[in-house]
Amino acid sequence: MKLIFERSVRGRSNPSQSPAQAADSADIPPGLRRASRALLPEVSELDAVRHYTRLAQQTFSIDTHFYPLGSCTMKYNPRACNAAAMLPQFLERHPLAPADAGQGFLGCLYELQEMLKAVTGMTAVSLAPMAGAQGEFAGLAMIRAYHASRGDALRTEVIVPDAAHGTNPASATMCGCALREVHTDRDGRVNLGALRAAVGPRTAGLMLTNPSTLGVFDTEIAEIARIVHGAGGLMYYDGANINAILGRVRPIDMGFDCVHLNLHKTFATPHGGGGPGAGPVGVAPLLAPFLPVPIVGFEGGKYRWLDERDAPQTIGHLSAFGGNMGVLLRAYAYARLIGGEGMRRISDYSTLNSNYLEAELARAGFEIAYPKRRASHEFIVTLKHLKDRTGVTAWDVAKRLLDKGFHAPTMYFPLLVPECLLIEPTETESKQTLDAFVAAMKEVLAEANERPELVKSAPHTTPVRRLDEVKAAREPDLVWRGR
Amino acid sequence: MNPPADLKYTNTHEWARAEADGTLSVGITDHAQEMLGDIVFVEPPEIGRKLAAGAECAVVESVKAAADIYAPVSGEVVAVNAALADAPQSINQDAYGAWIFRLKPANAEELGSLLDAAAYAAIVESAEK
Amino acid sequence: MPFIPHTEGDVRDMLAAIGVADIEALFDEIPRELRVQGLSGVPAAAPEMAVLRLMAERAEADGRYLNFIGAGAYEHHVPAAVWQIAMRGEFYSAYTPYQAEASQGTLQALYEFQTMMASLTALDVSNASLYDGASALAEAVLMSIRLHKGAHRVLMPRTVHPLYRNVVRTITRNQRVEIIELDYSHESGTTRIETAAAIEGDIAALVVPQPNFFGVLEDAEALAGWAHSRGALAVGVVDPLSLALLKPPGEWGADIAVGEGQPLGAPLSGGGPYFGFMCARESLVRQMPGRIVGRTTDSEGRPGFCLTLQPREQHIRRAKATSNICTNQGLMAIAAAIHLSLLGPQGLERTAAQCHANTLALRDRLAAIPGVAPVFTGAVFHEVALRLPRPAAQVLAHLRRERVLGGFELARHYPELGDALLVCATETKTETDLQRYALALERALEVTR
Repeated sequence: MKLIFERSVRGRSNPSQSPAQAADSADIPPGLRRASRALLPEVSELDAVRHYTRLAQQTFSIDTHFYPLGSCTMKYNPRACNAAAMLPQFLERHPLAPADAGQGFLGCLYELQEMLKAVTGMTAVSLAPMAGAQGEFAGLAMIRAYHASRGDALRTEVIVPDAAHGTNPASATMCGCALREVHTDRDGRVNLGALRAAVGPRTAGLMLTNPSTLGVFDTEIAEIARIVHGAGGLMYYDGANINAILGRVRPIDMGFDCVHLNLHKTFATPHGGGGPGAGPVGVAPLLAPFLPVPIVGFEGGKYRWLDERDAPQTIGHLSAFGGNMGVLLRAYAYARLIGGEGMRRISDYSTLNSNYLEAELARAGFEIAYPKRRASHEFIVTLKHLKDRTGVTAWDVAKRLLDKGFHAPTMYFPLLVPECLLIEPTETESKQTLDAFVAAMKEVLAEANERPELVKSAPHTTPVRRLDEVKAAREPDLVWRGR
Repeated sequence: MNPPADLKYTNTHEWARAEADGTLSVGITDHAQEMLGDIVFVEPPEIGRKLAAGAECAVVESVKAAADIYAPVSGEVVAVNAALADAPQSINQDAYGAWIFRLKPANAEELGSLLDAAAYAAIVESAEK
Repeated sequence: MPFIPHTEGDVRDMLAAIGVADIEALFDEIPRELRVQGLSGVPAAAPEMAVLRLMAERAEADGRYLNFIGAGAYEHHVPAAVWQIAMRGEFYSAYTPYQAEASQGTLQALYEFQTMMASLTALDVSNASLYDGASALAEAVLMSIRLHKGAHRVLMPRTVHPLYRNVVRTITRNQRVEIIELDYSHESGTTRIETAAAIEGDIAALVVPQPNFFGVLEDAEALAGWAHSRGALAVGVVDPLSLALLKPPGEWGADIAVGEGQPLGAPLSGGGPYFGFMCARESLVRQMPGRIVGRTTDSEGRPGFCLTLQPREQHIRRAKATSNICTNQGLMAIAAAIHLSLLGPQGLERTAAQCHANTLALRDRLAAIPGVAPVFTGAVFHEVALRLPRPAAQVLAHLRRERVLGGFELARHYPELGDALLVCATETKTETDLQRYALALERALEVTR
């Protein structure tokens, strides 16, 4: 499709979108004035609306397609949450407006803090981190601050299982920590012997998600916590997969000292094509003094922002204005809509859907990576033998699924399982949708066996065919220059 | 899989070739380039940098992965293959011809501890099982 | 069951297919001692009607004010079409565009966004957004240090937003980074670069705010030139709207430019979601954090878009990634592209000029009140610091009672400035609004005498 710049006509403008006249700015010193013209579109409002509406139509979304993306929890984003967050007074509020003028707004955030404490079992929560990765950073920074406050400067190593999401080691690096990887056993559990060998006086902590990225629950978690705590380290919970155990298992009870949640996963806030999200952190008492600010406090019957004056040992601010407020309001509305019992139902039905899909795909001839384990809210299918037999890879199958009207599952993650698809249906999908997905997967499997070329050259029905990502990397074209 | 017999290898999939002028050319093996896929970028080490054996000194990127390259022996980087800046794919086309950098070995004895073609081939085979 | 579609019949069939008696059985691997029966402290579910009513009541209790606070978040007119399009389900509920063929809409919109930001800043490349201006600055600081390969020091003027400086410290604390603050002239409100001459040794970067936190225009070109003379990078922190009027960072010597994208279509929303932007010279692109969209062709030669240069990112490079960032602020960047398309270069220029004019008009009105005077002599863009003859907190409280948010109290972060407010009048303010503020301030000063 044409770029908006290619639709531009010099001199075209939308007078109703800006002041009628150009106000005087002659007092700006000439050396500081812009002389060049910025390349911005010059299109009519109709052309702009048409252009971006057509672009929208070329994008898969939860609103239009089933998105079985493992580890992403692509559940329905309730429209009521959007309506609530967009109330005019909330939308117009300046971040630095006084707390007196925002008791309603702060009340929603405070109650969200309280609900997240209940979900995780943690004692204190900060809503500041703007995404899961920022939450991870905050968690590790707090752990480091804790050890530093006890004069234990040696503890700079973070242990991460080899199955961990890439943000885990990247966050460790951003916190100035060295990484120690421990391997995962064939049945999906962290190898305890390797863990025992890895902990010691340099251990700051362990980062783990449970159920893990392999789609199974690590039943040894209590022992893992004992090993890490015994060596003086702390336990960090990556909440990416909490949808599987919501309302049923709390991170505090598993021995974790610190958790982050992904509100754009578990709490149904929209993914927006890549963000914005929110990654609030919850902590056990020993880490509470270090929480990132601001936090909503309640005293004398009023809400107010707590900052470094109230929390002198805080690790500090993670953003200029406290976090992704609009996302937090949506999560609050969602939590009120589903309620406490609704949270438990989420783990029930996301797990039911996942196990059902796993059973049906196994019946259809797909190889399940961990057939002897219960699936959590997600599970892995490996296509290694399909590739050996027919040359059709997980990549090819994913692309062919687009033709069948489904967004592909997560591919090639976790790295431990070759040619894998990580499949997470979420609880908001019906049996009918799951059955349709199984039917589509069966078709692709048959095509792979009988007409592999059709699958290897997929997709065929999307607005573009398979894109040359190699060329995009070798000859970067990141900005249109009028060609 | 037939790694050339006249080269030496590491278990991190680098090959090394002793040149006539005493320098050592270093590249990645055919197995490595196959695992990476289409190579899109090579970040070479700085000329003049002194490397310890096993030090991370370069990066080879494909669309889906980035592989660290480790110095097979200790030495000083004396040359980098400028042609790879425009044509990184030459590593895919001819892994043993497309050298990435050359170093002046600090210690001639270290070469002896590198793997020969048969030993390297055995490592790759057992990893594939 | 809200948002869970299963009927009893569905559940029965599914359990049979799995081969278990009930849903509980699916959790039998989880040790009993880890399980809870339910959550206490979470209210029971409420229907949509009740939740919307609750939130509406809270919003109404908060009410609306006439706002003159800027300080890094600015009230601007956002054309109605922007969010009507951005809230379309296809943009709103889409995932990160990893499956490029199914995400051409998201990807093309982000490519257009990158083009607009690069052009506005007059730099070569842009990424597809970071979380906000402050964290973008932190990433730029880390990027400069990675690029310099030797120096770990970054010079940070005190005229950079105090919360940005806080965030940079928080994010860089555990890495080897030394932030050295530079003082400013209490007369002009600009950075005193001469104080940096005494700093010996290698410097990775000098941060250059333009305009600075006080709204004052710095001699950015001189600052960038100084940085280069010391072998350091110049990192600009800029207001994107101001770039319609002011010389852009790429033209005054910035190597990297970051800032807060909120003025481009994001409502104030109590503090977020906004977005951070980062643009840079082409040679630095491989050290940029965050997602980047590239244009390419498909197997039939059609132009198309995909995420590119991914080996920089955490999902490939893991511990050695340029940053841990994964989720960014994608929807806000798409909204910005739509916003800029609707305003166009003329609209953006007029908006910027009106903000400038309105702030000067407000300044003049307020400075006519006895005891009120501009703090600094330097030229400003669309914000100005004003000294008050009475305690700022009390004055603001009185203004608030008249439903006016008068500005940002500077003493909290700059105690040396005494009773001073940072005030901002954007294009949204009319003559009547300015008059209302002036009268309210007069009354506030009367009362607090």
